Amino acid sequence: MNHLIILPVLLPAVLGAGLVLARRAGLGVQRLAGLAGTLVLLSIAVGLMVQATTTPAQAYFLGGWPAPFGIVLVLDRLAALMLVLTAALAVLVQIHAVATGWDARGTHFHALYLFQLMGLNGAFLTGDAFNLFVFFEVLLIASYGLMIHSGGAVRLRAGVQYVAFNLVASVLFLFALATLYGVTGTLNLADLAGKVAQLPPGDAALIRVAGVLLLAVFGIKAALVPLHFWLPATYANAPGPVAALFAVMTKVGAYAVLRVFTLVFPPTTPDTGALFAGLLLALALATLAVGAIGVLGAATLARLVAFAVIAGVGTLFIAVADFTPQGTAAALYYLIHSTLAGAALFLLADLVAARRAGDGLRTALPPIAQHGLIAALFLVAALAMVGMPPFSGFLGKLMILDASRGALMALIWPIVLTSSLVMIVGYARAGSLLFWKAHERGSRATTHPAQPLAFGAVIAVLAALAALTVFAAPVMRYLDATAAQLHRPTAYIAANALPGVAP
Amino acid sequence: MELLVASAVGILTAAGVWLILRRRTFPVILGLALLSYAVNVFIFASGRLAIGQPPILADGAAGYTDPLTQALVLTAIVISFAMTAVIVMLALAARLATGSDRIDDGAEEET
Repeated sequence: MNHLIILPVLLPAVLGAGLVLARRAGLGVQRLAGLAGTLVLLSIAVGLMVQATTTPAQAYFLGGWPAPFGIVLVLDRLAALMLVLTAALAVLVQIHAVATGWDARGTHFHALYLFQLMGLNGAFLTGDAFNLFVFFEVLLIASYGLMIHSGGAVRLRAGVQYVAFNLVASVLFLFALATLYGVTGTLNLADLAGKVAQLPPGDAALIRVAGVLLLAVFGIKAALVPLHFWLPATYANAPGPVAALFAVMTKVGAYAVLRVFTLVFPPTTPDTGALFAGLLLALALATLAVGAIGVLGAATLARLVAFAVIAGVGTLFIAVADFTPQGTAAALYYLIHSTLAGAALFLLADLVAARRAGDGLRTALPPIAQHGLIAALFLVAALAMVGMPPFSGFLGKLMILDASRGALMALIWPIVLTSSLVMIVGYARAGSLLFWKAHERGSRATTHPAQPLAFGAVIAVLAALAALTVFAAPVMRYLDATAAQLHRPTAYIAANALPGVAP
Repeated sequence: MELLVASAVGILTAAGVWLILRRRTFPVILGLALLSYAVNVFIFASGRLAIGQPPILADGAAGYTDPLTQALVLTAIVISFAMTAVIVMLALAARLATGSDRIDDGAEEET
């Protein structure tokens, strides 16, 4: 067995636990160990990605137990892609957190950060539905700690709402899993794929209930309207670097939908058919509209970015709801893009909030320190996020529009294009208030330490976006193969070596 | 037996849903606890109900009861226990920091 597959889960678990114990060793040691940990994670993820491109899906059987009985981790192209994206973002965000001193404003930042990565990596790798629930809980419990890092009344109140909302989601997830298990007698994803396709007709209603419950749970994680209410307050009140890392957390919901609804409930399933595709498309369009309106009306920069993340999720799910290889490839490209662009904007919002008396978008204040550089970076990040050429958001939206040509084109295109226009107005309003009108309020800039590393992290995220644009052709070759693998999951099922299933 | 288990799940869920719609954190946390009890019983029942059967195959036993759901319930209980502890601590900290235990944002109009 290839033991490299378990390392993205094992390494942060061990290192994180070690860092909790090593609290007295001081912040310097924690920073060093944390950064070294995420860098090693990145190299492991890249190594796994190389393996995933050369071999079809590989399974890792924990404890050597065979598939439907033991727990499996499965590495395929999609899992490897998500691991690399998470690890790369984690390194840059962690540099930003160290450079801005966020990690010094409370204890155990780096340990919680590693536990969060452990939960994310586990959720991307697992091939078992119940294990997916467990890793969701791991990443959530770490995110609770990170969200209220450094405390404060507003943050604590938002934290209580966030935890309560997610506990309800966890209960729904368990109801869905128990229904699924009651109907099929298995929770291994590959085994479920075979069993759900050939259920007796009497179980059709139950399996539909289980599927819709799962969709609701993943919709809560991904912040699909009307399950998005937890997101704006949480992301806007979380510390800046934490919000940037959370940009990948909504994508866990998108990942889970892509995985479960192509493998277990593909549109060819006799009992469910196109039920989920129709539901998802309607929710996605509503999400995009609500996100765009939120961007226009947000009262602070962090809330504006939070609504931009919601709009990004909406755009992403329009392509996911297509459930064709072309649509999935476009969705994956947009997923990478919107994660990076959202993270860059959250990091910038943090830089602005630290230099200004809050990041409110109601009143103009005098110019902030490093005014020009922040304004330029904001322009680039906003253009990328909204999908203007020449950045990757434009390519992503173009591919999504292209994939949605057909019967529903008259519905999808106007909503995508109008919401883009609305968001451009929203960003322009925020940018002109933060950076242009500031000059009318006097020329005395506030003073603030330069923090070149914090800017370096933002520039690196934007450089990754630029690379995603320039190297779009090789990226799309990988993503097309990923989408093909998702829609023909024979290799994934074969990797599980289920008894009674011909390889 | 089926009626008893089904109505227990139903009543626990209904009470839990009613409580999480309340305005203050204490009933909401109680509601979350009730919901997690409901789902624990539900998971247990998803392995089919059997009385007096061993959870492993044994010679001479008339049948067996599904051990997997028992393992799942155990995991779910541990997780929901930990999560309840987290939200109690958070709610307590928020209560002390803001002077109000309302779960929504309308802190200014205390009633």
